[in-house]
Amino acid sequence: MLRIRPIATASPSIAPRPPAAARDRRPLYGRGLRTLSLATVAAMVLALALVFFYAPLEAEQGFLQKIFYVHVPFAIVALCGFVLGGVLAIVHLRTRDPRWDMRSYVVIHMSLIFAVGTLITGSIWAKGSWGHWWVWSEPTLVSFLIIFLLYATYQPLRFAIEDPERQARYASVFAITAGAFVPLNYVAVNMATAYVHPRVFSNTSNLPGSMALTFLVSLLAMTLLFATLCKYELTAKHARMQLRALRRRLTEEADTPARRPRSAAPSHEPPRRTAADFQTSTATAARPIEGTRA
Amino acid sequence: MTANLAELPALPLHTAGRYVAGAYIVLFALVLIYVAIMAIRLSRIERQLGELLELAERGREEP
Repeated sequence: MLRIRPIATASPSIAPRPPAAARDRRPLYGRGLRTLSLATVAAMVLALALVFFYAPLEAEQGFLQKIFYVHVPFAIVALCGFVLGGVLAIVHLRTRDPRWDMRSYVVIHMSLIFAVGTLITGSIWAKGSWGHWWVWSEPTLVSFLIIFLLYATYQPLRFAIEDPERQARYASVFAITAGAFVPLNYVAVNMATAYVHPRVFSNTSNLPGSMALTFLVSLLAMTLLFATLCKYELTAKHARMQLRALRRRLTEEADTPARRPRSAAPSHEPPRRTAADFQTSTATAARPIEGTRA
Repeated sequence: MTANLAELPALPLHTAGRYVAGAYIVLFALVLIYVAIMAIRLSRIERQLGELLELAERGREEP
């Protein structure tokens, strides 16, 4: 008598658990999220306390200079995020692993939000300090705006390409090129400028100890906030993908043609199983297994 | 022009305070908007999970 034991099945209730190695390979973006969130909250509270209760008033700008502790970390983290997006895109092109494209996408997306924060807080500072919301003759402002506008085209570029693989590849090339432009732009502006925009890296030694400490804590808090938000975004996207994959398996849409709704966001969910795949798995399941003959 | 701008006197506290508050409100507004977006996404995921659970239960009842 021939006993048949199913190896693979589309039914979720009796689906075998993936082997431990396969489970370990799955990305778990939510791991460490609670610790990171708590560290971010603590750093933000500490930074605000230092800004308003510890750091002295600056001689020239007075209380207005407190904007420095939010504006400059915003700008530094946004620019570093753009560069990091380029680095992650390099890893994606080297490995062809779509998860790196997802990380690059999320980092650039978050940097763009931080860049909006930089532009708004910078404008508020300019209005208070110079009496103008925007000064077109200031190279740092204009160069940052150019970088922002450059990255503002990233999402439309992705959305314009329907094929996910091509989208990821083109987006990575864009991220690398634009990421290389950021430090070049910074150096060029530094070399060309003879104006009054505060220089952080070249003048940090001029800051009194209390101001430097406050600035460094603010920068750390902003970096942690950036990392936390990126992790939240990755976790949410991954959860949605897993949910979509589970829905596909449950509703058994295998006969419908694989079609992904057009989106700028990358996707690395498992490929949709077609009717042919199911036939193959059924044939595999019907194969007698050694040692099962009665 | 910008060199002259740098020599402007510091704003009094009652005027500068508004700008500083504005800058920090931008920071918190961005974070809060993000939290709101995440809350919407989370509720959608929760709803979809409920639907899938219902679907799984129904599939178990109907052999």
